[in-house]
Amino acid sequence: METLFFLIVAAIAVICSLMVVTNKNPINSALSLIMTFFCLATLYVMLEAPFMAAIQVIVYAGAIMVLIVFVIMLLNIKSEAGRRTSHALFMGISVGLLLLVQTWYLLVKSSLSSVRGTVDSAMISKVGHTELIGKSLFTDFLLPFEITSILLLVAIVGAVVLSKKKL
Amino acid sequence: MVSLNFYLVLSAILFAIGTIGVLTRRNAIVIFMCVELMLNAVNLTFIAFSKYLGNLDGQIFVFFVMTVAAAEAAVGLALMIAYFKNRESIDVEDMNLMKW
Repeated sequence: METLFFLIVAAIAVICSLMVVTNKNPINSALSLIMTFFCLATLYVMLEAPFMAAIQVIVYAGAIMVLIVFVIMLLNIKSEAGRRTSHALFMGISVGLLLLVQTWYLLVKSSLSSVRGTVDSAMISKVGHTELIGKSLFTDFLLPFEITSILLLVAIVGAVVLSKKKL
Repeated sequence: MVSLNFYLVLSAILFAIGTIGVLTRRNAIVIFMCVELMLNAVNLTFIAFSKYLGNLDGQIFVFFVMTVAAAEAAVGLALMIAYFKNRESIDVEDMNLMKW
């Protein structure tokens, strides 16, 4: 039953991501991408990561995609005039397929050998996923967390500088 | 329970589709969206491994990837608007100033 549900969600995600690549109109691509993000959020819930699913919907489907749709409408981009030349198209698709074969090979030939951690479903349902993430983020990963704030500050400054009238 | 390989295969397929989009589209914003798709494919791998190894570190990493994606969206879209103001186009074929 769970596998069937996974297959349905995965099929929707793949179809929507194909539509991101093939749609001529950028707005349609953006809407398909939002659908893909929702499918991924569903998968995160299935993987017992509800906090990540919430962030996926709020930050990705909410904030980032709204920004992208906003820019598409602000620039009033028409549908694409032409595609790339056919040999560029061929090269791009063959590189993508090569990547797929490579990851497939890695997946078939490798085996998972690593130290198992202590977090399991019982612990997640008892303590709560958000609390576990928060504890980890503010103890073990405190320095990366602080560096992230600097990154966001730099991004804000960069965006303001780039949108000046006279660049 | 769904096997780990299912998630990894889905993630690989999404990543490959994202790569094809980056290499074949001409609209800079669509290329940007395909990069986001690739980032999300990697996030799925992280969370799947995190679940099957019983360790939350992968999910912390996803958190950081999302932050970087947000910063990238802000700066990248500002760059595109600045470019559009100068050239009236965001077609990547028109960006040939630094072409050798």
